[in-house]
Amino acid sequence: MNAPLNYVPRSDFKKRTFAATQDPHLRQSFRSAMDFLMAKRQAQFPDQEAFEHLRALGEEVRRYSLSRLPELLEQLEANLTRNGVKVHWAEDAEEANAIFLEISRSHGATRLIKGKSMVSEEIELNHEMAKHGVDCLESDMGEYIVQLDGEKPSHIIMPAIHKTKEQIARLFHEKVPGVDYTDSVDELIQIGRRILRENFRDAHIGVSGVNFAVAETGSLCLVENEGNGRMCTTVPPVHIAITGIEKVVEKLEHVVPLYTLLPRSATGQAITTYFNVISGPRKPGEKDGPKEVHLILLDNGRSQAYADEQLRQTLQCIRCGACMNHCPVYTRIGGHAYGTTYPGPIGEIVSPHMMGLTATHELPFASSLCGACGDVCPVKIPIPDILMRLRREASHEAEPGRPALRGQGAGRNRLVSLAFAAWRTIYSHPGLYRLYAWAASRLNFLTPKSQLGWTASRTPLIPARQTLRDRLKNRA
Amino acid sequence: MSARDNILARLRAAPRSSAPVMPDVAGRLADRYAALRAPEADRFGTFRSAIEAAHAEVHETSGAEWPALVVRLCREKGVAMLACPPAGDLSAALMLEPDAPEIWGYGETMEAVKGRLFDATDAGITRAHGAIAETGTLIAWTGVDEPRSLSLVPPIHFILLDRSRIYADLLQAMTEEGWAGRLPTNLLLISGPSKTADIQQTLAYGAHGPKELIVLVLNPEGVAA
Ligand code: SF4
Repeated sequence: MNAPLNYVPRSDFKKRTFAATQDPHLRQSFRSAMDFLMAKRQAQFPDQEAFEHLRALGEEVRRYSLSRLPELLEQLEANLTRNGVKVHWAEDAEEANAIFLEISRSHGATRLIKGKSMVSEEIELNHEMAKHGVDCLESDMGEYIVQLDGEKPSHIIMPAIHKTKEQIARLFHEKVPGVDYTDSVDELIQIGRRILRENFRDAHIGVSGVNFAVAETGSLCLVENEGNGRMCTTVPPVHIAITGIEKVVEKLEHVVPLYTLLPRSATGQAITTYFNVISGPRKPGEKDGPKEVHLILLDNGRSQAYADEQLRQTLQCIRCGACMNHCPVYTRIGGHAYGTTYPGPIGEIVSPHMMGLTATHELPFASSLCGACGDVCPVKIPIPDILMRLRREASHEAEPGRPALRGQGAGRNRLVSLAFAAWRTIYSHPGLYRLYAWAASRLNFLTPKSQLGWTASRTPLIPARQTLRDRLKNRA
Repeated sequence: MSARDNILARLRAAPRSSAPVMPDVAGRLADRYAALRAPEADRFGTFRSAIEAAHAEVHETSGAEWPALVVRLCREKGVAMLACPPAGDLSAALMLEPDAPEIWGYGETMEAVKGRLFDATDAGITRAHGAIAETGTLIAWTGVDEPRSLSLVPPIHFILLDRSRIYADLLQAMTEEGWAGRLPTNLLLISGPSKTADIQQTLAYGAHGPKELIVLVLNPEGVAA
């Protein structure tokens, strides 16, 4: 009877998590980076009341925008088109990549240079373009570093946060021709600058993401510090922007509270170096700027979240990363362990829509539900509530009247369900309960030492020899 | 059905909240900006300390004196070639100065000047449309007379700012000037030289854009610098 009951499947996620927690360098990198980012953010919001006031407005703007999403997307499209921007729609990654390829082919373009865009990571643009002989180079310093090492970003704002400067120094020395080993951060940045400038100058197409799209003016807003986003949207003759359909707001002034919250929440800066508002291609008489601007509006599962009023709140996200910076799980396992484009709390609630629950059903469980993510979220997404909801959807059939999510119930474990069904039956029938309590306390030596997932990191639960009721009775 | 129709149809099929209310952004932010918007507020001082904290250099000068100041700074910083906007007024004023660096006006398209801009130009000079005190931000209204790459590609960026054009906050600038109805192709807010903290959270300046941002504040005549 003491044979292990290892029925809970050990998936890749668990393996990666285990490996990550055993890596002291990784733990150190994330711990110190998260401490740094949390302190910097805190310094930007010294007054909790003022913060609550501001984020209530941020939430209101995002909720309002989502409540009119289809109308705003049409308005955005009409105004962008009027401004000379070509608007494309893509239901999934495959369609988005096909649009990129088609535009590249129509210009005979083989060299793309890309500013930071998580949506382009979501569709694995670099990889897909490479299959067709189109080279897509990352130009954000952090993205450039992870691309050089054949990795993906481990944080949505600071992509190379998992690497130490010594690791980056070795990487540059090994992968960039003619570079000597230096672990001076200034020198490393200047090496990156030199290489990337040649590429800004000569690339055929610039690619960017979008932080906010403004429907009333037909504008794309980009937030950045490095200037690579401006380079990608200024120098090459063609600019392709890609964004999720949720990023639209109606009025230009709606951007103000969101942009006030975004850099403060993300990196603890009051403002970024550049705020870049693009409202069309180069006009007659203008000396620079791309001659052609495209916008790709990507769904990729977002409309599934939109279909449900609770899950829709996921789409309020402005991708600041504060939830991951404050997450005790993310801090310990790092971004790569999640195996998704978006890691951390936001990744746990948005990835199931993008990838389906079959691939992601464990993610909503990768949380202690401490609530820190919801407390810092600048647009007040109730992340813990949504995690609870997705745990239910991951392990049950859809409730009657609700459409099933992609991969609904994929995390269902027969044994766990059985255990809970038995528990429910016993605890709701007094006779059965008495019988069970009697047997469990007398036969407690039969309890298995390994109890499903419980004992993976805890001591086994063994019933006491006497039930509480009996002890109270004996005392009286 | 096209991707567009499918996506919009799915969004339309979702339950919708009843009559959404447009957020009152101006009303809700009024308190936040009240102090800076007050007539006695020191907008210039706030602007200056914020942008200096972001590593920019600020010099007070005047409409008559700025060319000499730029030429002196160019000498100090080893600027051998300076790019100016197409209109010609800035370059004309600078060329009158003794010891001026080599100066060229951005009169042709980017394609024609790309090599010079990227590989030979040490500094660019532009005019700010205005500024924002709260965050220490310059507003660059690019267009026919203000190529956007002039504030981006050269390693040093000089920018002329009229002291009377400093707004309290972004919302004030945006609403008082009615930006929503008249945005240029590319509107830029610039709050310091380009920077990155992507390597071990260590801040480094001069990531991809200018390494130095030098603000020349033009005081109205008669106000001592
Ligand atoms: S969920 Fe909230 S805290 Fe997390 S990235 Fe999105 S906006 Fe930021």
